[in-house]
Parts: sequence; structure tokens; C-alpha cells
Amino acid sequence: MRLGEPPGSPRPPPLVRFADKALRAFPEGRRWHGWEQVVGGRVALVEATLERTPLFARHVSLGARMVPFAGFEMPVQYEGVIPEHRAVRADCGVFDVSHMGELHVDGPTTAAFLQEMLSNDVDRIGDGEAQYTLLTNEQGGIVDDLIAYRLAFGQYYLVVNASNREAVYRWLKESEARGSEVRDASDDYGLLAVQGPRSLERLGLPDAAAFTHEMGELDGVEVMICRTGYTGEKGVELCCAAEDAPDLWDAILARGAVPCGLGARDTLRLEVCYPLHGNDISPETDAISAGLGWACALDTDFTGVETLRRIREEGPARKLVPFVMEERAVPRQGMPIEGGGEVTSGTHSPMLDRGIGMGYVPAGSAAPNTELVIDVRGKPRRARVAKKPIYRKGE
Amino acid sequence: MAAAESYPDDLRYHPEHDWARIAGDEATLGITWFAQDALGELVHYEAPAVGAAVTKDGSYGEVESVKAVSDIVAPLSGEVLEVNEKAVDEPETVNEDPYGEGWLIRIRMSDPAEIDALMDADAYRAHVADQ
Repeated sequence: MRLGEPPGSPRPPPLVRFADKALRAFPEGRRWHGWEQVVGGRVALVEATLERTPLFARHVSLGARMVPFAGFEMPVQYEGVIPEHRAVRADCGVFDVSHMGELHVDGPTTAAFLQEMLSNDVDRIGDGEAQYTLLTNEQGGIVDDLIAYRLAFGQYYLVVNASNREAVYRWLKESEARGSEVRDASDDYGLLAVQGPRSLERLGLPDAAAFTHEMGELDGVEVMICRTGYTGEKGVELCCAAEDAPDLWDAILARGAVPCGLGARDTLRLEVCYPLHGNDISPETDAISAGLGWACALDTDFTGVETLRRIREEGPARKLVPFVMEERAVPRQGMPIEGGGEVTSGTHSPMLDRGIGMGYVPAGSAAPNTELVIDVRGKPRRARVAKKPIYRKGE
Repeated sequence: MAAAESYPDDLRYHPEHDWARIAGDEATLGITWFAQDALGELVHYEAPAVGAAVTKDGSYGEVESVKAVSDIVAPLSGEVLEVNEKAVDEPETVNEDPYGEGWLIRIRMSDPAEIDALMDADAYRAHVADQ
């Protein structure tokens, strides 16, 4: 059992059809380039056992549309992607991200071990600090992107993507150095992201520097308060004991946060050009081409660093760029970009009211304002390379 | 503002969640409440050209939400007389009023006998309940 069943529901997770109502509404015969499909990477109806977060019953009672994501039944939306997105940009939204993986790495040699495994300079964070970093392979490819938190000397806590939890755990466990112990604690924790310009005010929390964390309490629930998030807005991620997650969720909703699903999480992160592992970055894409050189301390020794140094020296052949559609069309993952490129993420931006996306293009086409032509199901549609972020507050 | 679920009695329905309102040899076409609800808030309507031919059970356009895109299936064959420009400019109109302001195209039917193959509202409600 993962992360506990909702109270009063001792039965095992159900065997469900790998499709929600929305997918079943349009069965065979129609082309279906769905968000669920893109992220889940699956089209066909397959049997799968899905896991549930401790908040499953809360989502269902709020009328959420549940979809399979990274092996979990997750809420894709409650009221709707667009109103949820706007709530986070204007005020405050809360996301259940308990499906994400949490690992503890403990022991006297942990800092040196993580310095070898992760791309960023782990020595640059002290107790109470965190950093965005990458787990890289020998080719400089990205096994996962994650946030590393230093709890104390020799004690680190890693939050990894749900779909990569097993891969990251195995990768680190196999490389585990003497004096460092890797432990998967994903089942023990609930994780809620509270994001938006009014999030701290609504939670009654003081402002603090981004990428810091501290232990605290919110309405009687003990929480680790992390000044991190993936929406481009001010906010926190709150980690609690799995059994406390429903109380924490209720307290946050009572403080006026709008419940938000994975749909809004995807549109929010794409507007600010945060990459999604499995879409924009993968073990086959290197960190330099993906524009994540800033998260790689090339003066340290970590897996794949020599490849990455060489790519930076020679310049990448292709680059991950953000773009905005010039014509009415919504780009989607997998659409070809003329001249040899491909869309890796695409959606409709609720703030710009236009199609936006990210994709790999030849380095010569990567400069901002370069015109791109995207093949939208056989129709050429014009787009333009944008500067990061695509959406900036006050524009 | 999304509309409340309804399937008006005066329309005919295609199992792929499209409706037709018949008037003489013309028909107005759109997608049902069920279809717009499954898709979510529409952000794009790729409409056919006026004068184009549409074929029963074939796709004549696309509707797209933040999450997904779907073909629009023609319940009847004919020639496109008019495209609802309001639905092109403000696709959310389809969510707000799928059977009224949110219609998609008006056609001149080429084979009115095809109407007999469509479902009435009761049959369609039963079909939706099965989904």
C-alpha cells in the first residue's frame, strides 16, 4: 500500500480501465491528442492498478475529474483548468503533489556522495536551504530533475518526480557510497503545494527567501515549510506525515486556497518555461541543450560532467526554446517543427490566450523572435521563439 | 459559465456526441453537452470553409480544450452554408450554450434520409448513461 487508503476504505486500490470518462467519451475512430495521453504516454486502454494519495477521498468529494498519472489516480481539474490557473496567478491555489517521490539520504559521507551524483554544487547549500539539481547519466542525459534540501550535516531530503521515483531510488541505491544511506520515504509523507501571490498571507506565514525551508506548524499540523514550487508564483510546498494530509488540506482550503489539479499545474509551469521531465527533458536529452546549464556546476565532478563540458565548449546542436503561436492553434507534444525540430510541451496559455509551447530546434533557430513553423496535424502554423519566461507578471 | 446538462427533445443525435437541428433541407450542427463537458473549456475551434462538403460520420473540424483536441463528427452529409464565427472567436461560447449560441455549422443536406439513422433525445440520453 502506498500513502494509505482514504479512511474507512480498507480495500486495495481498484483495478481500473486506464482511461477516465473524458477519454471514454471519444473512443476508437477519433484522434485524441489529450493532455492525459501526452503526460501518461499511453493511448490504449490497458488494465493498471493505480495508487491513491491520502487525499483521494477529498478530491472525489470536491467533484474532481480523476485521471491516471504516473501510476496514481490524480485530480486533473476541479472547476476547470482555466479558472484554477487564474486563481494561482491572482490569489492562491493548492495542489496535491503527494504522488511525488521523497528520498532521504543520510550519513557522514552524503555531501560528497550527492556531489558525485547530482549536477549542481551541493556544497553551496547550508542547513535550511535547497537547490534545483539534476541526476545525470554518463551522456549528460537527465535521469530526473529534483530539489535537494539540506536538513542538517549529512542529512539530505530529495523531492523527485513521481514517474521517476523508482529509477532515482535504484540509481542512487546502486551507487550508494559507504557512509551514505538512501531511503525511499514517499509512503510516509503528504505533500501540498500552495502557490500564488496571496499564498503566504492566506497561510499566515512570513516572507522568506526562495529555496529555504524550516519546520513549523499550520493550524495544528506539523509541517516542513519549503519556499519552493513549480508555478512561477510566490508560494510554499508543505510536507507533512501522510496521515495528517487530509487535515492540512482542509485547513488550507478553509484559508481560501482554490483546489487546483494537474491540468493547471501543467499550464502554469509551461507559461514560466519550467521543464517537465518526460516531455522536455529525459535521459536522452542533455542538460546544456535543455538550457539547464545553470543547474550544472561544471567545475565539480559528477556523472556525465565531461560530456556536458564538451557540449558547452562546442555549443549544442539543438536547443530547447519556448515559443508563442502567431496564429490560432494549440501546439502539442510530438508535433514537428519545420527545419528539424519537435514540440516537447504545448498548451493554450490562459494568461496570453494563445497557444504556447517548448521544443527543440536547431541552434541556429533558437534566438528569440526567430519564426518557427509548426505542423499542427498537417497544417503549417506560425510561431515565434520567445524569451523565458513566456509569461511575466504585469505584462 | 458552463451550461447545465441537457439534451433537448427537438434535436437529433449522433453517437459520437454531435447534434443536428433540422429545418427543411437545412441543418444546424454542434456538439452535445456531454462532449463539451468531457473536453473542458474550449480554447480553439478549427472550422471548415463555407462551401466545403461534409460527410456523415466523417470529421469536419476540430474543437480543442486546454487538455485535448477532438475531431468534430458530422451527423449528416451536405454542404457548409455558414460557420458560426462567434464560436471561432470565442470558443467558450460552446461550453456556455452548446445548443444555442454555441452551434458550429449550418449545412444544406445532400441526403435527408440520413436523419432516420440518428437518435432521438431519449435514445441519446440512454447512450450517454452508458458512457
